[in-house]
Amino acid sequence: MLLGAGALGSGLLLSACTSNSNGDADKANVKATTAASGSTPGKHVTIGFSAPAADHGWMAAITKNAKAQAGQYTDVSFQPAEGTNDVNAQISAVQTLIDKKVDVLVILPFDGKALTSIGAQAMDAGIPVINLDRVFDNSLAYRTWIGGDNYGMGVNAAQYIIKTLKAKGVSKPVIGEIAGIDNLDLTKQRSQGFKEALAKAGFSVSIRQAAQFTADSGQQVMSNVLQARSKLDAVWNHDDDQGIGVEAAIKQAGRSEFFMVGGAGSKHAMQEIKADSGVLKATVIYPSSMSASAVTLARLIGQGKGIGDLVEQEVPTSITLFSATVTKDNVDQYLPLSFT
Amino acid sequence: MSDQTTPRPAEDAPGLPAQARSGADVATRPSLVKEGPDPGRPGSGRQQLLRLFPLHQMHSLGLVVVLVLLGVVGTVTSDNFLTSNNIVNILTSAAVIGVITVGQTFVIIGGGIDLSVGAIVAVASVWCTTVATQSYGLGGMLFTAVVVGSAVGLLNGILIAYGRIVAFITTLAMMASARGVAERLSDRQSQVVTVDSFNRIATDKFLGIPLLVYLMAGIVVLGWLLLNRTTFGRRTFAVGGNPEAARLAGIAVRRHTMLLYLLSGVCCGVAAVMLTARTTSGASNLGNLYELDSIAAVIIGGTLLAGGRGSLFGSILGVLVFTTITNIFVLNNLTTDIQEIAKGLIILVAVLLQRTRGARSPA
Repeated sequence: MLLGAGALGSGLLLSACTSNSNGDADKANVKATTAASGSTPGKHVTIGFSAPAADHGWMAAITKNAKAQAGQYTDVSFQPAEGTNDVNAQISAVQTLIDKKVDVLVILPFDGKALTSIGAQAMDAGIPVINLDRVFDNSLAYRTWIGGDNYGMGVNAAQYIIKTLKAKGVSKPVIGEIAGIDNLDLTKQRSQGFKEALAKAGFSVSIRQAAQFTADSGQQVMSNVLQARSKLDAVWNHDDDQGIGVEAAIKQAGRSEFFMVGGAGSKHAMQEIKADSGVLKATVIYPSSMSASAVTLARLIGQGKGIGDLVEQEVPTSITLFSATVTKDNVDQYLPLSFT
Repeated sequence: MSDQTTPRPAEDAPGLPAQARSGADVATRPSLVKEGPDPGRPGSGRQQLLRLFPLHQMHSLGLVVVLVLLGVVGTVTSDNFLTSNNIVNILTSAAVIGVITVGQTFVIIGGGIDLSVGAIVAVASVWCTTVATQSYGLGGMLFTAVVVGSAVGLLNGILIAYGRIVAFITTLAMMASARGVAERLSDRQSQVVTVDSFNRIATDKFLGIPLLVYLMAGIVVLGWLLLNRTTFGRRTFAVGGNPEAARLAGIAVRRHTMLLYLLSGVCCGVAAVMLTARTTSGASNLGNLYELDSIAAVIIGGTLLAGGRGSLFGSILGVLVFTTITNIFVLNNLTTDIQEIAKGLIILVAVLLQRTRGARSPA
């Protein structure tokens, strides 16, 4: 009886604990940039959208931003497919969208190579495909590719580190690298850019370990890395979501002799940079707003228009986004574009 | 017969595997008959050795040897291995998975399996870090994590014991849906902990050792006492070894099975507190693949996957072996692929060792 009452009581309290809203945090981090596109309503366009499961801050922002952008247009209807990390399921999802005869497809494949043939199939069926970020194997499979610059992300992280170390007068620095999921192509490109840019300054990575884009893996890996190197000068962590764990490990070990650069550009990371209280001094952005841009491109292609200020009549076939370096000096400019 | 099936008090043969104590198992598992003291062959050296070092303790001894070997490898390959800082680091890294493994050991000895532990950790960590929960402060967060973990564990237990759904399927379903709930609650975002006293669970130290390590040690000791020194523990062995015989012996098998999953859920709730404090955040992707880590630790620790026999001490050694291996890999800056290959090989070798020991010992 007493147990029952207790259970009931805890049930009530728990159900009150599921809320995540707190006044100021209006989580719609979709910015007002879209109003600027200044495009007048045109032919109605149905946009199909397929992306991996939104199980990660950046990926969640991708799906959210795409949906929000589509909502800005009165002449667009948005048809998202259920996100999945199983390439087989994603192929089926895209197939369904083709069968529904959407006008344009936006696809962020879990694995570019695996989704190439279904992309080509859509193109053959006369549906233009916007390939978002992870690139298809064959350019026949997409009308336009838009995505981030993973190699450039590594380069920019390295350049910030080189500049800061040179300013400090460190000649033989110990540089650490906490990579993301190691079997992804994007991780390899990021690491390659980092390594090659460092090499130009005569620096090299002293220790490189991969985490899993999750806070617990970041914590685990970093706590061991800190044991492996009793003194570090700089660390690049590929991903701000796993960075929460990486930072926790640094605090728990009481280390502060080095500075860290993040990656992707989460709100939390930018707030840390702004506060300037910990080791995190910069982050190199991998813009999650790209999905909003992809929806804009999809609409333009669907209506047969080019991009506003460009002279060309058509949307270009490839757009690589810049990976900006966010520091304390320019963080206010990028904070509205960050993902939570 | 019914007399034989009643598990005898543990004092009879404190270290012996449960089968040796249970007549029912002798009947159903003839290959293990000779493990117990054999009145027909008194004085055989092998028997005396077994009496002194029962089977699962010999296995644990083997794991201790493995751990010492790893220690030697670590010391030789890296100057930073044998430092007090690093040893503390290994123990702290082992704490979260160690607590989960305590619950998993009970479940597996009791003849079940819990595939949902990682997902329970995720949902408990998310639920205890929502803005609303954090507004209740440290107490509210601890309470929420433990209650959510327990509730999910209890639900598992009810479905398995009274709903008669196979444990593998029930917990597989729970693995998916609990993580789904976590994703829904958190909106798939990392929820940073702003309650400072909560984060101090992971940073506070006593005599140079983090609280997390004491927490794990305390739970392991409690678990060991529960498993080896109480009726509850003896019933766990009995239910896992032969549920029908246990039922005939008057054990409420269903109720006991339910309690085992509840216990695992409680452990997950506590582990969620530890992990959340350690990562200073709650997220739906926390605890990914922890079910495999904990099951692997239990298996290399010498517990039978079929249930009925096992050792909590072995499980914890298993956790320490894995944590130490990871530590050595990172200290030597080995790449991920090599780490994965080596881990797989170590699981295989440990299980093979277990099998050859098992085959040899009854002879």
